[in-house]
Amino acid sequence: MHQGQRGTEPVTITNGYAQLAANVLTRAKACGATEADIVVADGETFSVQVRVGTVDRLTKAREKRLGLRVFIGKRSATTSTSDFSQDSLERLVADTCTLARAVVEDDVSGLPDATQMATDQPSLDLYDETVLDTETQIDWAKRGEAAAFATDPRITNSEGAEFDSSSGRVVLANSHGFVGSYKSSNFSLSVSPIATESTTGAMQRDAWYEVQRKFARLASAESIGQEAAGRAVRRLGARKVATKRVPVVFDQETAGSLLSNLCGAISGYGLYKRASFLLDKLGQTIASDLMTVYDDGRMAGGLGSRPFDGEGLATRKNTIVERGVLRSYLLDTYSGRKLGLPSTGNASRSVGESPSVGPTNFYLVPGLRSAQEIIGSVKEGLYVTELIGFGINMVTGDYSRGACGFWIENGELAYPVEEITIAGNLKQMFKDIEMIGSDLVFRGRIASPTLKISELMVAGN
Amino acid sequence: MLEPVQLAKFGVTELEAQHALDRLNVRDIDYADLYFETRTSESVSMEEGIVKRAAKSISQGVGVRATAGEKTGFAYSDELTKKDLEIAADTARYIANSPQGASPVPVPTQRRPTRDLYPIERAKAEVATADRVALLNAIDAEARRYDPRIKNVMASFNTEYKVVAVATSDGTLVGDIQPLSRLQITCIAEDGDNRQVGSFGGGGRVGFEYYLEDNRHLSYAREAAREAILNLSAVDAPAGVMPVVLAGGWPGILLHEAIGHGLEADFNRKKTSAFSSLIGKRVASDVCTIVDDGTLPFRRGSLNMDDEGTPTSCTTLIEKGILRRYITDKLNARLMGIALTGNGRRENYQSVVLPRMTNTFMLAGESDPQDIIRSVKKGLYAVSFGGGQVDITNGKFVFSASEAYLIEDGQITKPVKGATLIGSGPEILTKVSMVGHDLKLDNGIGTCGKDGQSVPVGVGLPTLKIDEITVGGTQR
Repeated sequence: MHQGQRGTEPVTITNGYAQLAANVLTRAKACGATEADIVVADGETFSVQVRVGTVDRLTKAREKRLGLRVFIGKRSATTSTSDFSQDSLERLVADTCTLARAVVEDDVSGLPDATQMATDQPSLDLYDETVLDTETQIDWAKRGEAAAFATDPRITNSEGAEFDSSSGRVVLANSHGFVGSYKSSNFSLSVSPIATESTTGAMQRDAWYEVQRKFARLASAESIGQEAAGRAVRRLGARKVATKRVPVVFDQETAGSLLSNLCGAISGYGLYKRASFLLDKLGQTIASDLMTVYDDGRMAGGLGSRPFDGEGLATRKNTIVERGVLRSYLLDTYSGRKLGLPSTGNASRSVGESPSVGPTNFYLVPGLRSAQEIIGSVKEGLYVTELIGFGINMVTGDYSRGACGFWIENGELAYPVEEITIAGNLKQMFKDIEMIGSDLVFRGRIASPTLKISELMVAGN
Repeated sequence: MLEPVQLAKFGVTELEAQHALDRLNVRDIDYADLYFETRTSESVSMEEGIVKRAAKSISQGVGVRATAGEKTGFAYSDELTKKDLEIAADTARYIANSPQGASPVPVPTQRRPTRDLYPIERAKAEVATADRVALLNAIDAEARRYDPRIKNVMASFNTEYKVVAVATSDGTLVGDIQPLSRLQITCIAEDGDNRQVGSFGGGGRVGFEYYLEDNRHLSYAREAAREAILNLSAVDAPAGVMPVVLAGGWPGILLHEAIGHGLEADFNRKKTSAFSSLIGKRVASDVCTIVDDGTLPFRRGSLNMDDEGTPTSCTTLIEKGILRRYITDKLNARLMGIALTGNGRRENYQSVVLPRMTNTFMLAGESDPQDIIRSVKKGLYAVSFGGGQVDITNGKFVFSASEAYLIEDGQITKPVKGATLIGSGPEILTKVSMVGHDLKLDNGIGTCGKDGQSVPVGVGLPTLKIDEITVGGTQR
């Protein structure tokens, strides 16, 4: 294995950014800002894509960006730039203050109260100082793809395998005197093989991937390639089914997409704009009593973990749904004030935009059944492995999406299906969750075990 | 006529660009380019009757690329010093592990684009924030005036001003100035417990005055309000296979998803598209002729040149049902030995060039739109859509209606709730039996995603009848 260590931690640069942030904040005050905060992010990325055994694309970059938000009384504006020269930053501050003066006063706008800022900044195991050389990363992608080809002769082509590594740093400072920073890294491999049916020439693609904060925690390239191949091959011969109402089992990936729909519906911004199907439901039953959901911003090594949120408030573990009862929304300071509630520490911040709300590590607590037992409980129904399209109305909860997966007959996966849709309403779907699997695995910020919904409309022939 | 964009705008001399291209000139490299970009984006947004947010962002950088056979080496930097260009060039040429080439890179000759499809003065692109605020306030008032059941109006106005220059190893240096703007409105209607949403928007490579012409901004507001109010009385959508009539304009997203992506050259070179090896074959009924046209003035998907400096063009993809052409960038055109179509696009300097659509639409047919609707006994009439998506490899695509009606005995009857339509790209256009004479292009709201990169696109469609497609509603 070729790997090295990143050089001595460049503390000076972090301090440099802290000093830069302090200078910009001082400048903003001089321009008339009553409050301000600033985010500085920088990082390095490397990415290699291999296709059919050769390098298709190799990308390498360093980048940096600075975002500034100012308040002039109750007015605010946000700007960003990648140019850190003194001239550019002076112009940025002046532009931001001019913009802020042009918008209308908004009663609840402003930084969080000074007393609420995070006081501890645990490391959370988000950063790996491993530096991989180019050849090692190419090798990972090549081995992942080769394993897919070796798994089954029906794997005849490939959209490629991609290995990515990135690391970066975020510094957040505000006019209350808060200064926070953390470093994080990501390593990932994805493999996307194509299987061909020899008789018809029909092709099916599928993919498998893994993302980790630490390189050493990645599963082997071979196991990821094999899983991807198995997923593509099992789709061969997919057909449509007749239109009917049946039980539907969602695999981990597609169940995760239902959780992300839940996330959207309880986001403070959707709620105060009255653009959510879960308005005014705090303390009420919104889901099956099998369902308990947490959002945990401080899970060690978590892909959604961070010591403080996009406004500098401490992250925490919030109970979102407890045995079917909605216990908490996801809020930042602004949306919380609009709803008369405190922030839940869920401000998410992309540099240059005002905060919005996002999950940290948002997951459904696993049940006791294996995926096989859940499929085994269905006499006739659908096992969904992929959803496509955007047919979700967040205001009404109406749900209609393209799906593919497997038809279940007498508790067994009988044959692959495609070109069908599943439809219902999310309000009812969460209540109709009948079984929850034991197979919770974190592959992203949102994770769910397998789950079963008692009935949905499947449209096909 | 457009003034040529000088490299000096990016703080780079022609000599420095030449030097970086020289560094990329190793023996196995077929092609290299430097893409310089400065982008200024501004937005103002309104909700609850007040313009609360204003934002501005500036980004500048260079993307450096070299290709060798099928391989692409790519690096980018937000610093534009000589040193940064050298580091990027060294990274990009890593893919070709070969010594310095024998013949020198030609000195890039400054060219100017051959046309100016969006002649907008910078002064007109940069409108005072106060004017934008006034625009949004008028929209809020108009939507609420439309119906008292409109309880919230969210509107945003975004502009982008992009200056680019491309220096290539085949000897050109050409730049473009690409303005873009979009006005988007969403209304929430409430009637008791019944809450519904309606959206409308438009834009293009146009100046601010475009939105005020004939009070276009107010008509957008009324459209968003109308859709929300209409949806208050919508019934559940049907499920199953049935005839569907698509209205003209934005429903052209069908072509974009079902056909367009499958005809991008990269998927066909790699033989991963359901359309691979179908050139010259019938993929649609003979009433279907589909083009990708990047040369329409002021359109959101239009460009004077693509991001490799190739002038955009009007490419006939499907002619009377027969597949004619793929859309290409330089890499894929070279590897496949087919013509350049001016479709090499990238989101920004941080992303690689891919073959992408510009404005994709079906030419007008001969049927009367009324006759098309009258020909359907029981089916769906879909007027507006949210988004769509396609699986390139098996050709299955979806798109989701946001305004649709039942057709019963040749008449448009009740509005139905949004539903997803799902079909198969290589088959769906063979089921098109009637095409209206009413070609309409969309209003300029489309953004296409591919490989994580978003680029602005346009679509268009005449009224059209699909004999059968699966509708994903909830009712039998």
